[in-house]
Amino acid sequence: MDTAHLRVFRGEPNEPGRYEEFDVPVEEGMVVLDALHWVQGHAAPDLAVRWNCKAAKCGSCSAEVDGRPRLTCKTRLSDFDLDQPITVEPMRAFPLIRDLVTDVSWNYAVNATIEPFKPPDDVPQSEWRWQQEDIERVQEYRKCIECFLCQDVCHVLRNHETERPFMGPRFLVRAAGLEMHPLDQADRREYLKDAGGIGYCNITKCCTEVCPEHIKITDNAIIPLKERVADEFYDPIQIVWRTLRGRRPGSAAGAELPVLPTGPGGTSDGGSS
Amino acid sequence: MPPVTNLETHSHDVVVIGAGGAGLRAAIEAKAAGLSVGLVCKSLLGKAHTVMAEGGVAAALGNVADADSWQVHFRDTMAGGKYLNNARMAQLHAMEAPARVNELERWGAVFDRTPDGRILQRPFGGHSHARLAHVGDRTGLEMIRTLQDRAVAAGIDVYMEATITRLITGRAGATAAFGYWRATGSPILFRAKAIVLATGGIGKAYEVTSNSWEYSGDGHALAYEAGAELIDMEFVQFHPTGMVWPPGVRGLLVTEAVRGEGGILRNKDGERFMWKYLPDERRGEYAATDEEATRWVTALSEGRRTDARRPPELSTRDNVARAIYTEVKEGRGTPHGGVYLDISYLPPEHVRRKLPSMYEQFKELADVDITKGPMEVGPTTHYVMGGIRVEPDSGATTVPGLFAAGECAGGMHGANRLGGNSLSDLLVFGARAGAGATSHAINQPSGEAGFPHVDPVNVREATRELAAPLERVSGDDPYAIQRDLQATMQSLVGIFRVQADLDEALTQLAALRERGQRVQVAGGRSFNPGWDLAFELRNLITVSEAIARSARQRTESRGAHSRLDHPETDDARWGGLNSVVARAEDGTMAVSTSSLPTVPDELRALLGTAH
Repeated sequence: MDTAHLRVFRGEPNEPGRYEEFDVPVEEGMVVLDALHWVQGHAAPDLAVRWNCKAAKCGSCSAEVDGRPRLTCKTRLSDFDLDQPITVEPMRAFPLIRDLVTDVSWNYAVNATIEPFKPPDDVPQSEWRWQQEDIERVQEYRKCIECFLCQDVCHVLRNHETERPFMGPRFLVRAAGLEMHPLDQADRREYLKDAGGIGYCNITKCCTEVCPEHIKITDNAIIPLKERVADEFYDPIQIVWRTLRGRRPGSAAGAELPVLPTGPGGTSDGGSS
Repeated sequence: MPPVTNLETHSHDVVVIGAGGAGLRAAIEAKAAGLSVGLVCKSLLGKAHTVMAEGGVAAALGNVADADSWQVHFRDTMAGGKYLNNARMAQLHAMEAPARVNELERWGAVFDRTPDGRILQRPFGGHSHARLAHVGDRTGLEMIRTLQDRAVAAGIDVYMEATITRLITGRAGATAAFGYWRATGSPILFRAKAIVLATGGIGKAYEVTSNSWEYSGDGHALAYEAGAELIDMEFVQFHPTGMVWPPGVRGLLVTEAVRGEGGILRNKDGERFMWKYLPDERRGEYAATDEEATRWVTALSEGRRTDARRPPELSTRDNVARAIYTEVKEGRGTPHGGVYLDISYLPPEHVRRKLPSMYEQFKELADVDITKGPMEVGPTTHYVMGGIRVEPDSGATTVPGLFAAGECAGGMHGANRLGGNSLSDLLVFGARAGAGATSHAINQPSGEAGFPHVDPVNVREATRELAAPLERVSGDDPYAIQRDLQATMQSLVGIFRVQADLDEALTQLAALRERGQRVQVAGGRSFNPGWDLAFELRNLITVSEAIARSARQRTESRGAHSRLDHPETDDARWGGLNSVVARAEDGTMAVSTSSLPTVPDELRALLGTAH
């Protein structure tokens, strides 16, 4: 039977952290999460791993495998050269809890600042009608399983590049799903520009590359949102019109995003994009 | 005020344990009534098992089939449950499911559409009409995200990654929930005027399951320990189609939507075996020939109506699971011990559009392209019909102040659940349990005076119990005990049962309980999965014993409970009887029966002459 050599980050905050090596017997079709479970069941019962469905539907088991952000339940051992060690590390963008588990609560705090779906007051639900092709794009955004790999890989968040907070690709996708819902009445453009920091995204598309749901985050969500914001705030005709009609703040304008704390210090610099 | 000094204590009018669909819906209901609500969950918000539900939510909206109505949905549910369902629950469920689904749409859910722009519905096993509102094959994700966003916007306090290990009870009934933060291991206490359990199922008692680690029967066991009754625990649903290969994904769910969209089951000889297994009394509801089944599928894929009847693969889950098991057992299985499920005769783009996550799942995890060839599937432990006995209208358990909803509650599904009825169950009864808890809470004095006294002795006991597995210097490894438990349940309390096996299972479970009490955990308190497992094991062993004792008592076969030594359904002896499990005075588990409530004449009339 083949053996995989796992090199797994272990440690807690406020300690340097270390890599422990485990030889794991390989069965056909095995994924990295299976190997981590084998380690828990046979070698390191307290190895901290976050997971739930093991079917790429819940987005819990995110980690960095050989430096690349991945769902460990969907990462096949057969994709690796088993003569080389496979390095498994926690997501770098978020603060460490222990071993492979990070504190992703910042994402939930950001999410709470987004104005939810707002249906029209004057159209009774019995009259709501829309065609499948009208919602295909919205359904694409809503495939998101909140694995936060896009947040992890986003250099703006990962490297703490900006003075003001940036909501990150995940929440631009959520906002896009709301803004482009056929019946939504809210206007999140000012929120996206100011609190959300949409301008910080410089379209490197790293988020799209790591998305396990294959959502075209940059092309289909962020760029259309940027265009909407630009039309509202940077189009000269709109500026004149807005001056004439007076200022109307949009939904959740003036909201403040929390600041993302720094990620695990103990991981290697080996890295993703 | 903390009953024990230095213990982190939170007080809410209503505390909900579990944040899947039922827990979220209950929390939303209580919050909408203006109460303070705490929502406690073992995982991150939005990761609960609801997220894995695929095929759809059953509700008689009548968008695709004009003839559908709550009365037909009620009748299908009762027939599917072999008339062991609580009729009042089945009635409330069928009547209220359409309103609960429409409510989700008002809250932002984006369901697939009919050609005239309304919510699309798909056929499923045991449902007379196309009834399942859906979003491709990721309906559960759409539902949990919609409910989660609603709960967050409403301002519900969410305690993520907190595990509850004990309910604290007193003369007033349930008074508090005790547990720990998984990140730090620190103890935490939730005082409440009313507590709702919405903890889901028990699948981790078995080796082959579609369930995640969270499904350890926590709510069942917490309620049982607190003095509540469990009913119908012998009824464990083995979903007919789980993946069987490769080994790492064995048990992973293959949605019934594959069969709903026309998937055909064949054995290794190419025989479409479901024709052989249709029960005679329902045969008239199914196509008579391959040709008629094909006409039904073609009409469905083109969005046309048809007079063709549905294919035999859409029989109820208990029946299809037994059929597959029997085919494999009798030597007609595939090389990996399953049968073939084939949807590749439909156009590839149609399959990818209707079943996108199945397409991905097989491509990524099994190197199988389901648009080009068949899947290999076999039964997998999926759902427990049995659960905490509740009052149908309010979700009240037999313990004052304690409510339950969703999979951990019993009664709704009888002896076998129809696909799609769990998502509607958790919406309907989540809302009802939330309302039940709300009225209980507002009937207490307002403010601090309304909180029941929390016995500090019980809290200290729970605190000691929490630390014990870490402090033992020797003992059994929790992972080893879990492996042995799963082997026992899989081999002795599986799809087909027999008295001698069940006796042996109870002997083994007693030994496992002994070992579980001496479990020793390596490492510390911070995010230690071995420590989590130590508490889950206790719950799993309790529910396993409840399943085995109930299964041993019921000397007949009905729905998901099949006794090789009692193959007939024995209506004279067992019809209308629920199994009941409760803790006896001496701490042992007592099993008995109780009669189903009388079904009112107007509901009985809907069931037809036989019942």
